[in-house]
Amino acid sequence: MSLWPELELVLPEVSKPARYIGGEGGMTTPEHHPSKVAWLLAYPDTYEIGLPNQGLQILYEILNERDDSVAERAYAPWVDMEAEMRAAGLPLFSVDTHRRAGDFDVLAFNLSAELVYTNLLNCIDLAGAPVRAEHRADDDLLIGAGGHCTYNPEPLADFVDFFVLGDGEEVVSEITEAVWDWKRSGKKSRQSVLRALAAIEGVYVPSLYEVAYDGPVLVSITPRYADVPAVVEKRTVADLAAWPYPKQQLVPLTEVVHDRLNVEVFRGCTRGCRFCQAGMITRPVRERPAEQVRTMVADGLARSGYDEVALTSLSTADFSGIEEVVSATMDCGAGEVSVSLPSLRVDAFTVGLAAQIQRARRTGLTFAPEAGSWRMRQVINKLIDERDLYGAVESAFSQGWRRMKLYFLTGLPTETDVDTLAIGELARNCVELGRAHTKNPSVTVSLGGFVPKPFTPFQWFGQNTVSELQRKVFLLRDDIKRNRGVQMKWHDPKASLVEGIASRGDRRIGRVIEEVWRQGGTFQEWSEHFDYDRWTQAMAKHGLSVDWYVHRHRTEDEVLPWDHISAGLHKDFLWQDWRDALNEVGLEDCRWTPCYDCGACTGYSIEHIVASAVPPAGGSQGTGQVPTGYQPSEEVSVQLSGIGARSST
Amino acid sequence: MNPNQAPRTRIRLRYGKSGRIRFTSHRDVARIWERSLRRTGLPVAQTEGFSPRAKLHFGLALATGYESDAEYLDVDFKCGEMAVEEVLKSLVDVLPDGIEATGGAVLAPGAMSLQQAVTICDWDIELLDVAADDLAQWVDQVLGAATLMVTRERKGQKITDDLAPQVRALEVGEPTSRGVRLLATLGTQPRAARPSELLAAQEPVHRPVLIRRTRQWIEQDGARLEPLMVGAAPVQHTLVGVQ
Repeated sequence: MSLWPELELVLPEVSKPARYIGGEGGMTTPEHHPSKVAWLLAYPDTYEIGLPNQGLQILYEILNERDDSVAERAYAPWVDMEAEMRAAGLPLFSVDTHRRAGDFDVLAFNLSAELVYTNLLNCIDLAGAPVRAEHRADDDLLIGAGGHCTYNPEPLADFVDFFVLGDGEEVVSEITEAVWDWKRSGKKSRQSVLRALAAIEGVYVPSLYEVAYDGPVLVSITPRYADVPAVVEKRTVADLAAWPYPKQQLVPLTEVVHDRLNVEVFRGCTRGCRFCQAGMITRPVRERPAEQVRTMVADGLARSGYDEVALTSLSTADFSGIEEVVSATMDCGAGEVSVSLPSLRVDAFTVGLAAQIQRARRTGLTFAPEAGSWRMRQVINKLIDERDLYGAVESAFSQGWRRMKLYFLTGLPTETDVDTLAIGELARNCVELGRAHTKNPSVTVSLGGFVPKPFTPFQWFGQNTVSELQRKVFLLRDDIKRNRGVQMKWHDPKASLVEGIASRGDRRIGRVIEEVWRQGGTFQEWSEHFDYDRWTQAMAKHGLSVDWYVHRHRTEDEVLPWDHISAGLHKDFLWQDWRDALNEVGLEDCRWTPCYDCGACTGYSIEHIVASAVPPAGGSQGTGQVPTGYQPSEEVSVQLSGIGARSST
Repeated sequence: MNPNQAPRTRIRLRYGKSGRIRFTSHRDVARIWERSLRRTGLPVAQTEGFSPRAKLHFGLALATGYESDAEYLDVDFKCGEMAVEEVLKSLVDVLPDGIEATGGAVLAPGAMSLQQAVTICDWDIELLDVAADDLAQWVDQVLGAATLMVTRERKGQKITDDLAPQVRALEVGEPTSRGVRLLATLGTQPRAARPSELLAAQEPVHRPVLIRRTRQWIEQDGARLEPLMVGAAPVQHTLVGVQ
């Protein structure tokens, strides 16, 4: 049953063999049985990237707790391991008991990034199943996928049997029951299980939909059968308190990213940043009760032996009573516990919080203003005024930090060179603030090319071309390269382009993904393997226009490839928000202000679960509470001198 | 208080590494020990400074993929007395499958570090691609060779060493269920000779399927001592599980 005796012979030949051994603390050794549905949960990237994924770990526990299912895990083998496996005739396998993928009933992927799509095809192929869904026999593996990327499932529609939209905690059990009916009947009819899956809310079965085109234009995506829903709604867990998972976070034997205890403190975000897909599709805000957070932290530290815990969410400083939770966390365990907040808000309050948790080592802090000018930040609805940013930076330098990292996007709607150059101005001013406190203050600007995502107000925006993004990157680089203390890093604009192809592509993009995979294009998210030309050539070969898919502005009446999917958000709300963006009008955070009916709560009869009725202290951003007397200004130096005077008193 | 004057007890632990966990690296094993000791709640001493870490002192690195019956590490506890039995007992439930603490001893102050003290290691090497008779011939050739030149790369530079003085013993062992066994004793000073170098030093080159360190020895006045047997005066010894 176990492939271990064979794997043992190839592992000495590959890099980082510990990627393939499993054996983590918290690992289950499930007992497979003909009466149980067997899931192989796969992350289509390396073990060290995939192991910490919380979504996958949550489903792993829930499925192994059930009487009628078992779950194991698989990760994409690195290129050297894949070569060894193919040479030795070894299939994709689970790391838990080293069972071959073909011995499972379902192979389900977590999709968090577009560039892993070719890895998904490679894993299906290594598992021994036909890559295209239409070629699978009745009893072949069922291929599923969930995660943020599935809000536009169409580019992978030809390869995946079913997609799951939204929170997986509840729906995974309903899917298990449908799969069990298929398994019990001897897997005689694939069509029957697909129809049963399509009847589950939150599950999309692409082969049951007909797609019509008129030339390049997508005309419609309609169900083939009356009992298949015309629009598939996402699933939302109403109360995070009912799901205190993972209870036994996996503790790997080898080093992985985010190698620490992770406790999710809330899900959803209503800050309303218009570029941010995660903030749009995970609404509403559902906080975990503070007491449950404390219990999960204390139990997790004792069980794992970690001395670091991350309180995770899309903006952890917004958690009600965050200060109390942080203090309680630091007093947990046998001392020396460090806390990390992966997503810092940009204001002095947040820096105070950071100071509280990083008593000892203060090396670097990261902020994400996202845009350089106040005008641009109104467009993207990230309403940080300069006072917030400089207040945060001043506070950080004065409390001993010496390095800041600032995240920005370029290629945003309405962006001009004034906006791009404002990034350099901000960075220079931050370094100047630092000189008062340290001899060599350092600010690193990290610049990413903006890729419009489905279910955001920017889903209609035509992405900047590679040459335009490259021009802006060099414009900024040339502007700041003479400044001591300012460094710059940027994301490859060519990678942004490929992300753009998959992000808003339709079903025809599947041919391109398959073409790139067949030519050996795996691990495209790794710069040493990324091959831009393969993608553009594959587009050309299949008669698809990069300009049409990526750079074209879409119109209000256009059918979007994800119109038959719903994240709860009304399309007219998103369109209005898009118009507001172009008019530089901000929108308040609805968790503390009246509802503007985006649809994410009302459509599912759920609401925010937020312990505090008032916004957190310190900072204007996103709350709509711009400080009185504040006049946004491009004259940053004026602002700066004001701040300097204030901080010196 | 001056940390140098704080009470300290240094305990040397022996542990084994086998099964799938053998594919973890030396660094991975160090992290596993840090987490496991933290889970015991025992008062392990910490380094001073910005990012305090447990005071653990590891012996010779074991190459990724090798098994071992005889790995050692020294752990500093921030207390004047610490019972070895208690340490071993609290480790039982916290160490991962495949890593097992099998013995320990309190060290006398000033005992030499593992890396300095250990001089030779015994190795058990399983080979699949060779017959026992051919291996015996290969052993004779190795033992008869005046020099065994091996070349390795270090920091981009090629370095050639003579392995012959490091080969202290070599013989064909009992067969395994799937192959033959080569038993070797290799020196560790000034640099630990690796079984993989030994196999590559003489044609034909054999590919090992499993390499296991069975013993580490400290040579002292012509005698071979197990690393748990040295460092402290006998009366201070607390020995558990020494074979």
